[in-house]
Amino acid sequence: MRRAPLSLRLRLVLQLLGIAAVLAIVLYFTVRTVADQAAEASQDGVLGAATLAIAESLQGGDDGVSVDLPYEAFSILGSISADRVFYRIDARGLTLTGYDDLPLPPEAGAAVAPVFYTSPYRDTEVRVAAVARMVLVARKPVPVLVMVAQTRQGQEAIAQRVAQRAAAIGLGSFVLAAALSLLTAGSVLGPINRLAAAVARRGPQDLRAVDHPTPVELRPLITALNGFIARLRGALARTETFIAEAAHHIRTPLATVRARAEIALRQSQSEEMRESLRAVIRAVEESSRSAGQLLDHATVVARSDRLADESVDLAKLLAAQADAFLPTADLKDLTLRVTAEPARVQGDRALIEAALRNLIDNAIKYSPPETMIDLALRPGDPVLIEVADRGRGLSGQKPGRLTKRFARGENARDVIGSGLGLTIVAEVAAAHGGRFDLTEREGGGTCARLYLPSA
Amino acid sequence: MRAALLALGLILGIAGSAAGFTVEEEVRFPAPGTERRELAILSTTDTGVLKPVIAAFQKRFPDVEVHYTVANSQEVFAAIHDESAAFDLVISSAMDLQMKLANDGFAAPYRSAATDALPGWAHWQDRLFAFAQENVVLIASRRAIGGLSLPQTRRDLIDMLRDDPERFRGRIGTYDPELSGAGYLFATQDARQSDSFWRLAEVMGGLAPRLYTSSNAMITDLEQGRLALAYNVLGSYAGPRLASDDDAAVVELEDYTLTLLRTGLIPVGAPDPALGGGFLDFLLGAEGRRLVGEEAGLPPIDEVALSRGPHLRPMRLDPGLLVFLDAIKRQAFLDEWAAALQQN
Repeated sequence: MRRAPLSLRLRLVLQLLGIAAVLAIVLYFTVRTVADQAAEASQDGVLGAATLAIAESLQGGDDGVSVDLPYEAFSILGSISADRVFYRIDARGLTLTGYDDLPLPPEAGAAVAPVFYTSPYRDTEVRVAAVARMVLVARKPVPVLVMVAQTRQGQEAIAQRVAQRAAAIGLGSFVLAAALSLLTAGSVLGPINRLAAAVARRGPQDLRAVDHPTPVELRPLITALNGFIARLRGALARTETFIAEAAHHIRTPLATVRARAEIALRQSQSEEMRESLRAVIRAVEESSRSAGQLLDHATVVARSDRLADESVDLAKLLAAQADAFLPTADLKDLTLRVTAEPARVQGDRALIEAALRNLIDNAIKYSPPETMIDLALRPGDPVLIEVADRGRGLSGQKPGRLTKRFARGENARDVIGSGLGLTIVAEVAAAHGGRFDLTEREGGGTCARLYLPSA
Repeated sequence: MRAALLALGLILGIAGSAAGFTVEEEVRFPAPGTERRELAILSTTDTGVLKPVIAAFQKRFPDVEVHYTVANSQEVFAAIHDESAAFDLVISSAMDLQMKLANDGFAAPYRSAATDALPGWAHWQDRLFAFAQENVVLIASRRAIGGLSLPQTRRDLIDMLRDDPERFRGRIGTYDPELSGAGYLFATQDARQSDSFWRLAEVMGGLAPRLYTSSNAMITDLEQGRLALAYNVLGSYAGPRLASDDDAAVVELEDYTLTLLRTGLIPVGAPDPALGGGFLDFLLGAEGRRLVGEEAGLPPIDEVALSRGPHLRPMRLDPGLLVFLDAIKRQAFLDEWAAALQQN
């Protein structure tokens, strides 16, 4: 089973949050380290200065080493923070004065510049600065070691304050970065969402190229999509053209065949021959109808994404169609009763005409001989066109299925048909924003209703 | 087993407090109510001075018996530093020794609203707290200095002594820094503040000065006419005692006047540090400050008084105080002092 890939937004947000967290942590430690080093450096500076001041007060002489502890050297140690101070002065390895248990430098031979080290002492931990000096005692050099130690409570207090502030800064920058990353993810993904919405809003027949303003990164997707749409439209157009051409090329020879067959029928003396010729004529007629429907369907598909927008007089149109079907109706002794009140809609005349043609054609086809077909036009919003016959009805089938392309009723197997008729009607209704339904008619038969939005 | 341990602890406790340091006075203030707690205070301050404060403290906490021990500052220092004597609060005017106790880790940290309210110069870390600020003054007998005007600076004082040496010969008093901790502290702080101290020492050295170990003795000798001038006397003692004496003048020298901070600390081994802290809070609180000022005669910590007297120099509670406690430094200073006194 393949796992669904992470959403782009989630991926973007997680990565940005990860980066923000890493940066916040780096920031925290950087601030802490720098501040700790600065605090230690400043304390070391004061400690070293105090130690050097004591070392400079060392004096030699015949009596031995003497030292005059400078008051300010000690006093200044307390200037940064109230830390405890310890000192030790060794000459020839013996403690001259001070705290004789103060730890010695880890490496023997402290330099002229102060050496700093940290060491536990008594109940606390101290930072020690040690300076070595040579002092002349009775003209002989004597090594003297001066150590000054200070507790680090002040430095720790500074470090703690800094750590708190660093943590606050880190957390603050993370929160800020998190908020910004959410905004960023939203703004980065916005064009994709807008593009998707624009494509999704399109109607089923809308095969125009996508012309939505997009960032440069989405251009390849748009180009690919438009290429695909163009190929699809091309393929559809070729198919429709092919069907229209094919229908046209079939209908013309069929008309010739039919004309010739009718002439032959009139001239023929043999009843057998006449019967055969009538069968030929019926078959030709059916083929012609089917070809007509294919042509109608191709027209509907081809025109539905660029409908003509004209005012159509439905009453006139309906009357014209009823007239056109009179000869066919007469063949079955059917009566077409037209009840039309004046009504106009805004739409594509050719398509509406195709819909009416197929509706009437369908009713005639399924009506038993010597019945009446009611054609009614009722103005209003929507305008209703009703075609009611006394045919075999729906026999409980779902009307929706019958409007699918090439679908035919279970009870219509004995009647020749393409199954395109009602599909054409439904497609015309949809293209105009109307609807189409089929119901059982009271007293038997089918009632087809086409609703079109009024002008 | 537990009883045996307790007995051992008691014996050790008694042994600890009864050991080697010299006690001047030991007073028990019984609890006014039912006694439940004992507060042991070790102090350089005379019992009489703090008695009203202790009484007020016991009024508020009737279940406390106060055990008040007085010793001189060196003994107080030795009791804590060398013998870890069991006291809940140590009060001393020897700032340097108190500072050394705190610096060397013998003072326990303590924090309360009262200690937080102290100005920065009146405490060190959360271990050493000042509750009184006492000026170090010059006292003079008007009759003894004749028609001369009172000196306002050390330069005035030096000029006066130089101009009329016979008048002052044998009639100048000051502390003996070798024998008195307070005297040593005042002298070393003087030496830090100004070079005029050594000139003063030399001039006084030529006039056969009398050396003392307490302010009270100098005040007494001035009152009784044996002294014309006494230099570096605690103003908190001189002020009340000489207030009614028309002849005596208390002078805060204008070039600078040292201000001593009387401090308290809670030793790390205190049997009841919370009670020691309680007494400290009482001293620093509103009622304690009033009593310290009015009844004990010790000026309480007052930042306003300091800012009103620009000549006042409170001694800084910082590790600088340790410098003159260094044995070599002390010996060098005392040698210098002896040389200054004996030059003539």
